[in-house]
Amino acid sequence: MDFNFTETQSMLRDTLRRYLADSYDFDSRQAMLKKDGGRDPGIWKALATEIGLLGAALPEQYGGFGGGPVDSMVLMEEFGRAIAVEPYVSTVVIGGNALVAAGGAHADALLPAIISGEAIIGAGFYEPQGRYNLADLRTTAKADGSGWTLNGHKSVVVAAPYATHFLVTARTGGSQREGAGVSLFLVEANSKGIVRRDYPTVDGFMASELYFENASVGPQALLGAEGGALPLVETLVDHATMAVCAEATGAMLKLHELTLDYARQRKQFGKAIGDFQVIQHRLVDMFMEAEQAKSMTLMGTLRLDDADRSKWVSQAKAKVNKGIRLLGQAAIQTHGGIGITTELSAGHYFKRLSIIETQFGDFDHHMARLEAGLMAEAA
Amino acid sequence: MDLAFSPEETAFREEVRAFIADNYPAHLRGKQDEGEELGRDDMLAWHKILAKKGWAAPAWPKDYGGTGWTATQRYIFSEESARAETIPPLPFGINMVGPVIYTFGTAEQKAKYLPGILSGDVWWCQGYSEPGAGSDLASLRTRAERVTEDGKDYYIVNGQKTWTTLAQHADWGFFLVRTAADGKPQEGISFLLIDMKTPGITVKPIITLGGEHEVNEVWLDNVKVPVENRIYEENKGWTCAKFLLAHERTGIAGVARSKRGIEKLKTIARAEQDGQGQPLLANPFFRRKVAELETDLTALEFTELRTLAGEASGKGPGPESSLLKVKGTEIQQRITELVLEAAGNYAAPYFRQFPEGSNEYPIGPDFAHRAAPTYFNMRKTSIYGGSNEIQRNIIAKMVLGL
Repeated sequence: MDFNFTETQSMLRDTLRRYLADSYDFDSRQAMLKKDGGRDPGIWKALATEIGLLGAALPEQYGGFGGGPVDSMVLMEEFGRAIAVEPYVSTVVIGGNALVAAGGAHADALLPAIISGEAIIGAGFYEPQGRYNLADLRTTAKADGSGWTLNGHKSVVVAAPYATHFLVTARTGGSQREGAGVSLFLVEANSKGIVRRDYPTVDGFMASELYFENASVGPQALLGAEGGALPLVETLVDHATMAVCAEATGAMLKLHELTLDYARQRKQFGKAIGDFQVIQHRLVDMFMEAEQAKSMTLMGTLRLDDADRSKWVSQAKAKVNKGIRLLGQAAIQTHGGIGITTELSAGHYFKRLSIIETQFGDFDHHMARLEAGLMAEAA
Repeated sequence: MDLAFSPEETAFREEVRAFIADNYPAHLRGKQDEGEELGRDDMLAWHKILAKKGWAAPAWPKDYGGTGWTATQRYIFSEESARAETIPPLPFGINMVGPVIYTFGTAEQKAKYLPGILSGDVWWCQGYSEPGAGSDLASLRTRAERVTEDGKDYYIVNGQKTWTTLAQHADWGFFLVRTAADGKPQEGISFLLIDMKTPGITVKPIITLGGEHEVNEVWLDNVKVPVENRIYEENKGWTCAKFLLAHERTGIAGVARSKRGIEKLKTIARAEQDGQGQPLLANPFFRRKVAELETDLTALEFTELRTLAGEASGKGPGPESSLLKVKGTEIQQRITELVLEAAGNYAAPYFRQFPEGSNEYPIGPDFAHRAAPTYFNMRKTSIYGGSNEIQRNIIAKMVLGL
């Protein structure tokens, strides 16, 4: 057993932490969110070229460092500490892994472009009626002789307003919620017949509703086996789930630090509020949640190739979600009124963490996956 | 003991229901349904209609313009109001400063201020908290120094108040100020009524997590206040403050509104799918949480009814009302958590407000765009009105004798 990071991973963490401390402090972030388009594209470019970290988790044959999920975990924890709004999860974790799995011309062309920061991917796996069920799809793709015609609506596709490509699921067969018949498509964002409605999200990202209105794409758009993509999509989402768990860990640790600092400085009744036992115990409870989030993130990330992957990932996300609820609310309560304002960063960490709760499955969704496993054991 | 309503009480319920149905302004209903931001006149409109009917202040003694209703009638009235989702009269006048004035004020003060509070013509705000005095309210530092000018006595007030809800609309404010620096901190505080148009007052907005402008900083720079604007004795303002906090806490349970909130939650959860082919409300995980929430609300409701019964038999709202505040706000917050969960992926899109007459349809289900901002915003309820930590301290000291 070895829980130590490699030299490269430690270096990545230190470099990114330094970069974010310099260029992504709270005031810079808030100024950035107010810009046209809600972001600074130069940051992503800098992460790719100046720091060269977008390839850290991707294979060497495409120009990456040959790392994997642990490298993404290291980076995501730092993004979480800075509540960064960069498209790493959809572009590198989901897009990168999908392309590596697909191989071939797509991978040869796009993976280097992802690593250089030129290609940005938006992942559209969820639909308005489907909640967190990846198989609950009404979007269809029909072979039309020259390729595929897509029709349907994808929900809350993060990074879509500025993405170069979309990775989306569609039914090529089977009925709504059936496992078989799900196919995966990689389409260029400016393809004819794709209509976007862009908006900011409450936690500072940009996202879109994607409407496919007889969008016709070439035959090469199909990624992997026709009708057999659900297992791959589930793998991609489990990887993404662990990435947001890592992000949550970083944000929780930072929010705990901020709250601890506040409890030491804020004086009421002639002493620091951190001197009151009720506040001390709350800070301890928060600490225990942050530590467990870190443990579960490490566990789930290391077991992404395990046969029981879905069990470990669901345990991790369920635990992290519970921790977010407790730690986030406790942080605001400890700050008092100032915690509810947009002035301090604490509230913004709370917002991001609360939305992470809803991403890639909430607590109930992951409990249902775990209980399905127990039902199988009971049978 | 009998839980059933008498025929008179049932008739009263019908009267209230009919009055609301016939008189609630349609434009207000429309704005509320669309989730539009409400302006100053919107927030006062229903208050003014109630005032004409004589129903603006059900809890006040009849002599001062109250309704003379029994506790049961007041309960029925608040249930019907919540059921119809009326915009209640603002608490600052009716629930807060009004009772202080009729309890501690002089005859002149009562005559001067109570009519405007009742009618809804005067908008009040509360100047209590300061940047350095939150839970430890008695440590407040806004100071009032007495001067005499042209034979008239004034206080010159200097300091800063914060979290002043809706001060941007206020005509008058009630302020706790320090009039003596020696002795126990509680003993040098006075309760002042200040005209918000007095020179030297600056109101600055504070924007909260959902993007709302509800609260403000209020800066007071050499604000000249006539001494006759002081309620009760000089340096005895803490007595008024404590009395007001107890009054504020009873309304804060919000049982009727939470009932309505749970009904709306259930409507949402019936319409939303759980992703497994059934309504979210039928989902075993979700329905369990709703069942628990309803159980908690029933417990709060009957605890409040017992408190009201105690009040009817002459016991004023005491430290027990802290229990109502703690449990009431926990339930209000829990409702917003479940609405957030029901929104699922659609919790994320952020829309501050749709321009009037806009054809743009909202993203996701109608309720969803307010789910996250409301969840964030309602964290305030366990902080304001005496934080829930302070309420627990009150119960520990005053009820349990610890």
